[in-house]
Amino acid sequence: MKLTIVDYNSGNISSVVNSFKEVAQNKVNVEVASDLNKIKSSDKIVLPGQGSFKSCVDAINSINGLVDSLNEFAINQKKPLLGICVGLQMFADKGYEELETKGLGWISGKVSKIDNQNGKYKLPHIGWNQINIIKKSKIFKNIENNSHMYFVHSYEFIPEDKNVISATTDYSSNIVCSVEKENIFGTQFHPEKSDKIGLQIIENFIKL
Amino acid sequence: MLKNRIIPCLDVKNGRVVKGINFVDLKDAGDPVEQAKIYSDSGADEICFLDITASNENRDTIYDVVKKTSKKCFVPLTVGGGVRSVEDINKLLNCGADKVSINTAAVQNAEVILESSKKFGSQCIVAAIDAKKNENKWEVFTHGGRNNSGIDALEFAKKMEDSGAGELLVTSMDRDGTQVGYDIDLMSKISSIVNIPVIASGGVGNLDHLVDGIKLGKASAVLAASIFHYGKHSVKEAKEYLDSKGIPVRI
Repeated sequence: MKLTIVDYNSGNISSVVNSFKEVAQNKVNVEVASDLNKIKSSDKIVLPGQGSFKSCVDAINSINGLVDSLNEFAINQKKPLLGICVGLQMFADKGYEELETKGLGWISGKVSKIDNQNGKYKLPHIGWNQINIIKKSKIFKNIENNSHMYFVHSYEFIPEDKNVISATTDYSSNIVCSVEKENIFGTQFHPEKSDKIGLQIIENFIKL
Repeated sequence: MLKNRIIPCLDVKNGRVVKGINFVDLKDAGDPVEQAKIYSDSGADEICFLDITASNENRDTIYDVVKKTSKKCFVPLTVGGGVRSVEDINKLLNCGADKVSINTAAVQNAEVILESSKKFGSQCIVAAIDAKKNENKWEVFTHGGRNNSGIDALEFAKKMEDSGAGELLVTSMDRDGTQVGYDIDLMSKISSIVNIPVIASGGVGNLDHLVDGIKLGKASAVLAASIFHYGKHSVKEAKEYLDSKGIPVRI
């Protein structure tokens, strides 16, 4: 099995790489690449993302053919893909960070700023928050409801079809923090920074 | 519900922990990786390394420490001390730091915060403010508390938020090392004027101080060094104590 973490200059991916290598040990081949052929020949893909929605989309678009390869992988071949943080947000049709920006359009919906209720809630939403699992998801195997995960974000994904939501978290409102649509998985929180419980999610994805 | 965070801080000099946990069964008390692992296993919500290496020729030791730690610790790692430029930030992030705290360089030139938060995202940029009381206001100090910039700490906090910092690490120079508690007045004032999370630092001597930092100082997270050293309190004990006082923590 070959798993590729897509490196498209979206910022710091060291922690994602370290955590997947820790879980995979020598059993699974974890590669870091933006090379289209490597992506095509992968069995699984992890799409990380840091910074703004726009900067991530711009970075993906600046690598010629990358969006097409990802579409081929996730939409046509329906192979498992995990988006983390902005990686998940990019599944949307549109994002509103900085400027209105077109996303990958894999899951209908938009990404907008979390309502901080006139400054009552601090943004970014940083730290450990509990997840409410509302749909059985393969990546939540052996994960208890209300487990703590590490978050850091100011924008939230609002999908049109609520059936894709697998978990939410409670902040200034109910925030979507995990989605699953067929072969496409995403977490708003950072499993790579969520200690043992986060590594369990990574293991679940690897074992899919 | 979002939990308040407890962040143990380790002083690292020339790649070695200066004041660390002195457990009997510890193989190497000076090894930052081993110390960080103990903290994360004990429930630390994040780990902070403050690099206090004085000489330039040993500056690179911190990169090696961060690299090794990030392969063993899977909670967020913040690294600060001597960070001068966007390139320094880039190097630390590439080694596996999740956040970088910037102090003197941000006072000298707020562009560093602006540029780095644009480049890497606000989530990894922490503006560290060392403040000392002078009559009715607090002034920002640089160079590890040696130089007074004369800048008003409250105004500077706002400026750091506007420049794109994702969090503020506020240290009271008056309280640092005294173990008499955080400067609550400073923490609550800064926390009320900014909309980004504030991490309180400087002066913790007992577990009640952590409670005060959150309840009275309105901090989102509390950072402490010496109470966790020499096994006086474990992070686990601290969390259980906060929990008993009605403060939401991750247990």
